[in-house]
Amino acid sequence: MKNAKAHKFDDEKNQQPAPTTKKLTGAGILINTLQDLDVDTIFGYPGGAVLPLYDELYDKHDINHVLIKHEQAGTHAADGYARATGKPGVVVVTSGPGGTNTVTGIATAAMDSIPLVVFTGQVPTDMIGNDAFQEADIVGITRPITKHNYLVKDVEELEQVTREAFHVATSGRPGPVLVDLPKDMLKSEGHYSGLHKVSIPSYNPTKEGHSTQIKKASKMLSEAEKPLIYAGGGVVLGEAWDELTAMAERHNIPVTTTLMGLGGFPESKPQSLGMLGMHGTYYANMATTECDVLLAVGARFDDRVTGNLEGFSPHSKKIHIDIDPTNIGKNVEVEIPIVGDVKQVLPEIDKQVETPETNDWWQTIENWKEEHPLKVPKSEDTIKPQHMVEAISEVTNGEAIVVTDVGQHQMWAAQHYTFNHPRSFLSSGGLGTMGYGFPAAMGAAFGCPDRPVVCITGDGGFQMTAYELATAVEYEVPLKIAIMNNECLGMVRQWQELFYDERYSHSILKKSNPDFVKLAESYGAAAFRATNGKEMNEVLNRAMAINDRPVVMDFRVEAMENCYPMVPAGAALNEMVLEDE
Amino acid sequence: MSTQNGTQTKSDKHTLSVVVKYNLNALSRIIGIFSSKGFEIDSISFGSGKESGQARITITTHGDEQIIEQITKQLHKIIDVVTVTDLTYDSFVERELALVKVKADSAARSEIMQITQVFRAKVIDISPDRLAIEITGNADKINAFIGMVRPFGIIELARTGSVALKREFEGDV
Ligand SMILES: Cc1ncc(C[n+]2csc(CCOP(=O)(O)OP(=O)(O)O)c2C)c(N)n1
Repeated sequence: MKNAKAHKFDDEKNQQPAPTTKKLTGAGILINTLQDLDVDTIFGYPGGAVLPLYDELYDKHDINHVLIKHEQAGTHAADGYARATGKPGVVVVTSGPGGTNTVTGIATAAMDSIPLVVFTGQVPTDMIGNDAFQEADIVGITRPITKHNYLVKDVEELEQVTREAFHVATSGRPGPVLVDLPKDMLKSEGHYSGLHKVSIPSYNPTKEGHSTQIKKASKMLSEAEKPLIYAGGGVVLGEAWDELTAMAERHNIPVTTTLMGLGGFPESKPQSLGMLGMHGTYYANMATTECDVLLAVGARFDDRVTGNLEGFSPHSKKIHIDIDPTNIGKNVEVEIPIVGDVKQVLPEIDKQVETPETNDWWQTIENWKEEHPLKVPKSEDTIKPQHMVEAISEVTNGEAIVVTDVGQHQMWAAQHYTFNHPRSFLSSGGLGTMGYGFPAAMGAAFGCPDRPVVCITGDGGFQMTAYELATAVEYEVPLKIAIMNNECLGMVRQWQELFYDERYSHSILKKSNPDFVKLAESYGAAAFRATNGKEMNEVLNRAMAINDRPVVMDFRVEAMENCYPMVPAGAALNEMVLEDE
Repeated sequence: MSTQNGTQTKSDKHTLSVVVKYNLNALSRIIGIFSSKGFEIDSISFGSGKESGQARITITTHGDEQIIEQITKQLHKIIDVVTVTDLTYDSFVERELALVKVKADSAARSEIMQITQVFRAKVIDISPDRLAIEITGNADKINAFIGMVRPFGIIELARTGSVALKREFEGDV
């Protein structure tokens, strides 16, 4: 997989020859440091407070600055870039409204532990606190949604702060970091050292798991009769997919992944049970309920995964590996906590485990699979949404980076696309941010120009950030946007149908939707519409052949289709509803 | 110290000593953890620590074992936090200072002064109808003192919150 290689800033702590200290403006120091940190793409939007920086960018051509159309989309694009490549996403915006527009994107990244470094302009130091023009306390505003943030008050600190920001964003449990840059910091002169060293004495994430705990965990797994691995986003973030696959295959242990963990374990392997949770597969949720040892790897027992906590995996002893100690014991008590990097801990356990006897357990699982497989309904003269995802999976051979928005289409994409590669399913899991999908897909396409990128989105969510079509057209991004157009806010409508007596309050878009084909064409994108299965396949084939601009596909799907299986709010995983009554 | 490791009852009191790289953003993050995660602060105190670059913050809070563990981990997760020590499990010295202004006409004055003596507190200001008293000690002692003088009428009360350090030797000094 080209371009999807991770980049660890830890490795850069190595020694360097004596630096030659140069005197530069703050803007120059920042650009030099970014280049030194191998930043190749910045998603940004200019404004008064960052003009010195933009002036510096004017004749720098080895950093690709992408002029997005709204700062929220910019942070989503950087987030998509980060999820697809493993490198931190970088954003530059101006003070005040530029900063506040990034808030949703930063919170989205924070909830899913995505490394971002966001640079915001700020009014000059001597005006801070005066309610100056375009002043906002962005450090205060983003404090609860960043892993760390900085206000640079001395140009001599700018280089070190920037290096620290990248280190903090990418190490341990990754997350967004914001650096606020008063305009005078960009204009005044300071020293640039080029020294790679970063040292934050108060910050040392644990990597190696505790050996006694690892031993205990291995013993517990060896003695299990009904073991199950529950793999979360940490497997993807921690790049432990090979280690996980090796272990599950060697010991023939079933694996279910969370929404964020999709792609962390290949779904074509016989050990894969697909996704668990609110819209998980019947067999994954049953296995979670019935297992006797549950190994949670880089997962956080989110409420969308566990359902009612009392009914969650009630018979199992639990082992939990996570790099963030605050995740352990937060929602569910575990017998064996292991704080550490999943990539280092998994092989240790793998080595020590004696393959448990699981024939009966597999028989039970196979029975569940036969009883209630995931269904893909098909129809001649309409498009079933599940069929739409399956068709996309087929036309891309399961090789695309799939980016979703939030809603029914997101869950269907998670269920029916066959994910065999990591960093191939990008979705706002924790915050559930509508408007995320399209700009994030664009960011992924910038990061991985050699991989096909498909955005599966809703007619509601696409409209939240559709303006980025302008950017995608300008940069000739060959991105495929598949709108699952059900003329409603599908997931909301589904809940209203099932739990609010079919009172569809403000969830129908039929009257307000634009003509998506005309909309896309007005931006200069290619656009097609399909209303039945045959047209759908034709449109998909035509779309895949277009490589010089974005393609918008308006797929008119059946509006009243509901997403199943579904665990109703407050119910336990094994109480899922499998189809319409 | 009312608890020992392993034998805690529900909502126990805990005294946490947090050393943090001094800056106001870090202090805000510490307070923010409590407000955003729904933890409670019974008292908090810190000195500026501007000179040494580090500040020691003493927080008293309460909760069951799981909550205290989460608080400790969450504090630790803040990048600028250097150490978090739950002193509850160690032998530690804890002091709080309170200034209490009490109604004291000539009839009540000698009784209040007696109470003050018993608590080894100090009268620091006096006027015909009030007394200002300074008292140091652990929170229990200060609560007891306040309970004793409350019937006379407390006009104003200022408490610092606890500060605490781990003991180097077992036994009282
Ligand atoms: C910013 C934001 N606002 C509101 C919601 C609540 N919400 C969740 S799903 C959904 C409906 C999404 O509709 P659409 O984009 O058409 O996708 P569909 O469910 O029809 O596939 C809404 C409104 C949200 N997740 N994010």
